[in-house]
Amino acid sequence: KSLCYTYSALLFTYLSQPTVIASHGLTDEQKEFQKVAFDFAANEMAPHMAEWDQKEIFPVETMRKAAQLGFGGIYVQPDVGGSGLSRLDTSIIFEALSTGCVSTTAYISIHNMCAWMIDSYGNKEQREKFCPDLCSMEKFASYCLTEPGSGSDAASLLTSAQRKGDHYILNGSKAFISGGGDTDVYVVMCRTGGKGPKGISFGKKEKKVGWNSQPTRAVIFEDCAVPVANRLGEEGQGFNIAMKGLNGGRINIASCSLGAAHASVQLARDHLLVRKQFGETLSNNQFLQFKLAEMATKLVASRLLIREAAQALQEDRPDAVAICSMAKLFATDECFNICNQALQMHGGYGYLKDYAVQQFVRDIRVHQILEGTNEVMRMIISRNLLSES
Amino acid sequence: MSGRVLVGVKRVIDYAVKIRVKPDNTGVVTDGVKHSMNPFCEIAVEEAVKLKEKKLIKEVVAVSCGPQQSQETIRTALAMGADRGIHVDVSGKDYENLGPLQVSKILAALAKQEDAQLILLGKQAIDDDCNQTGQMTAALLDWPQGTFASEVSLEGDKINLVREIDGGLEHIKINTPAVITADLRLNTPRYATLPNIMDSLMNNETELHKPNHRTSLCVGLIPLFETVAPEDMQGGTDRSGAMLRHTVLQSGKPKRIILSCLCI
Repeated sequence: KSLCYTYSALLFTYLSQPTVIASHGLTDEQKEFQKVAFDFAANEMAPHMAEWDQKEIFPVETMRKAAQLGFGGIYVQPDVGGSGLSRLDTSIIFEALSTGCVSTTAYISIHNMCAWMIDSYGNKEQREKFCPDLCSMEKFASYCLTEPGSGSDAASLLTSAQRKGDHYILNGSKAFISGGGDTDVYVVMCRTGGKGPKGISFGKKEKKVGWNSQPTRAVIFEDCAVPVANRLGEEGQGFNIAMKGLNGGRINIASCSLGAAHASVQLARDHLLVRKQFGETLSNNQFLQFKLAEMATKLVASRLLIREAAQALQEDRPDAVAICSMAKLFATDECFNICNQALQMHGGYGYLKDYAVQQFVRDIRVHQILEGTNEVMRMIISRNLLSES
Repeated sequence: MSGRVLVGVKRVIDYAVKIRVKPDNTGVVTDGVKHSMNPFCEIAVEEAVKLKEKKLIKEVVAVSCGPQQSQETIRTALAMGADRGIHVDVSGKDYENLGPLQVSKILAALAKQEDAQLILLGKQAIDDDCNQTGQMTAALLDWPQGTFASEVSLEGDKINLVREIDGGLEHIKINTPAVITADLRLNTPRYATLPNIMDSLMNNETELHKPNHRTSLCVGLIPLFETVAPEDMQGGTDRSGAMLRHTVLQSGKPKRIILSCLCI
């Protein structure tokens, strides 16, 4: 516990290296958002991140506190309780929150994505029914796309929704659902025209390498009746809505990787200045100096690409989808390498759970896989490059 | 009492930053170093905003004396719920020489100009630890002062105050208008919420004031000779036991511990 406090005290010195400062080029307003997010991360999340990981606690109360500050529906419209901010504002906020706990921030970003989907594609009744509670985190949300048989090939999903009067009857199962079993609102992508038994149930809670502050379960539908009034958009529009949600989701996940990498660079830097071998501090070793320089460079490059992608999405530019994929691909890969390298720099201590750096490595490893694997990102980018238009 | 509250907010080096002395020993390094609102000033702002929420006062005005960057500090106060900001522009040599006497003269002048009924300040700043501005301001205005406040409640035109003093807790009742300085346990400052940040930055303006010659920033300067870091700790000698043992504790190069000024 004492080491966690050391880590959270370190977070405050975070912004003091001008080279990697995270607030360059931001507006006054954005700097204030960032400040609140950093303060919240340092005070409310960092002291608990190890415990949440080890005991697999889903920190409902802390997330509700975050929601009170406006973090429950950051890019949801204010008329239904959201904060109405831009994608760039959102990226800045998640990057900062992630320094406190990647896993919890990543869940908050998924929750935000679901709230946004209902806000953007829902009709008046749906928006008013679901969004206010999601923005306040009175209710929590899960995004259900992946199935045991369809991950990267999302379009081949099998969960069916058969229309019976004013209900759809859902049958099938979803896998790896973040928050599954502990959340209240499930945004489910399913195929209209199918068949099957009774209600919604959950698989066992998965044991994961990281992301332990959020439960992951299969979600199973057996003759589960869902009112037609709960359908977002038109029949056949679902895949499109799912993918639109993911564009923003990819920026958010990449932002979470960024926060982890920044924290890891800070931790590595401080360790190099303290740890001595061969009669001097590690910071005098040229190899480590060069490695740190490379880490910082990749960090800044990742940050710039993510913020550019956020701008592109906000402005609905023609290259938005491709650039979001590029940002996700580049940043998640590079930031994982940064965190991994930071662990290496800690030597044996880096492998101990007493030190925060290993949790950053474990938590962001999955960012290279979910919300579209980095292989799928390459598919999207190459398709964009090779298309005739 | 339903008037205006002036809250002084100071921009200081963030409490968690490792302070480094400048190589020429003329002060500490401030360039490129993270700054934030003095923690006791945050507590003062929080108290003012709470009084406004209880409808005991009408308007909270945040004041900061310093260069351009002081506006960041005022912004934070606005985001926490202050209604208006006043930035008293003091820069360059004047800013280096700015101390409690000058600031209290400025605050006293502003209090009269704004017809303030209450001035809320932090008990001290964590950079100079002077613990003088509140007291001096009260003296200049000939107002009562309630310093080291850990509880404040308004009763008609009087204020009930609990002060944290060496002997324990002191309960006093003072008339308004008055100066109160906030101690650590007065409250826990709120986080600014995203909607508040947006509202405050859009709607609230910060006025810029230039201190006039009558405020006499030059008066009462305390010349600074030198700034040095504390000496490294030396190893101790263990003299316990019947036999004198010369045990020099081998601590290698001891860690330098820079004590933060907050009494946490």
